[in-house]
Amino acid sequence: MMSKISLIYDRIRWEEKALIDSSRNMGLDLRLIDLKDTYVDVLSDRNKIKEIFGELSLQRCISYFRGLHVTALLESCGIHIINPFHVALLCGNKLFTTLALIKAKVPVPKTLIAFTDESALKALDSLGYPAVLKPVIGSWGRLIALLKDKDTAQALLETREEMRDALLQIYYLQEYVKRPPRDIRVLTVGDEVAAAAYRYSANGDWRTNVARGGRAEPCPLTSELEELALKASEAVGGGVLAVDCMESPNGIVVHEVNSTPEFKGLYSATGVDIPEKIIRYAIKVMKK
Amino acid sequence: MHFSYKRRVGAITFKAKCPECDVDIEVPDDALDGEIVSCPECGLDLEVRFDEKGVLCLETAEIEGEDWGE
Repeated sequence: MMSKISLIYDRIRWEEKALIDSSRNMGLDLRLIDLKDTYVDVLSDRNKIKEIFGELSLQRCISYFRGLHVTALLESCGIHIINPFHVALLCGNKLFTTLALIKAKVPVPKTLIAFTDESALKALDSLGYPAVLKPVIGSWGRLIALLKDKDTAQALLETREEMRDALLQIYYLQEYVKRPPRDIRVLTVGDEVAAAAYRYSANGDWRTNVARGGRAEPCPLTSELEELALKASEAVGGGVLAVDCMESPNGIVVHEVNSTPEFKGLYSATGVDIPEKIIRYAIKVMKK
Repeated sequence: MHFSYKRRVGAITFKAKCPECDVDIEVPDDALDGEIVSCPECGLDLEVRFDEKGVLCLETAEIEGEDWGE
């Protein structure tokens, strides 16, 4: 019999193992597809493609572009995919996410966008220092820079120009939010908030990413936080999402929504069975 | 959470050689295709792969790409 649900991956992390384990505990025949070993004739019959990937795919690639492209392909064949293409597209780009959040009236940090290093410097003069420079596409806090003053900014912008990467010439600049040394990650699964945790930065780093050594601790789920996370999740199209928030002096702001969330930290901090919730959600989506 | 996987049917190898330094590496018997182990000798990250016959081998893992993450 054809597997109805597949897990698409290019590396088995803790999260993928947990999803596989949960699905097996629930008696689900989850097909595992290593995308590195796969090619697809895009003109072939969509039922043939469904035979490989099933009725629904959990897209869990560590490579954003691999994941995004396979999502486009599968969605065009009528395969349900978590998360859908437009969600992955919005969440993969910090500016697109910010714009969707603003449209949905979700509070975000003050953000400026510039398209050359000269205009970025002008933008920074208006924003003030310290400020944060982020690549529009990127993860785990990679290449995110804290600009303490104009000299640092000039040096960094020059380096960016030298890197000859078109995406790095899009300057996404953000105020440095005066927050406690932590942020909040809220995991939403469909229209439900699954868990929330504080992420504290590792010693010697200002970034709170668990991938950078940050540690997670349970965070009380207030109705304000819950409402905000669901609103942010809905703003980008919904699904299984990690909404990252900061406690600013003026209330909670959302700075990022992740479409292929890692949840090991959340799980260990809260004990919530996130993988089971994701699998149950996948079954629900498939039956729609 | 407790993980309890059986290796793929037919997989009979528990040890594999590091392609870099040739040392024997013991792979946990619950390893899945696509999982990463590190060579205890040279530190190289290796990806666990099973061929069509279910035989385990280790390949040099991909290095972190600029689009990797969440």
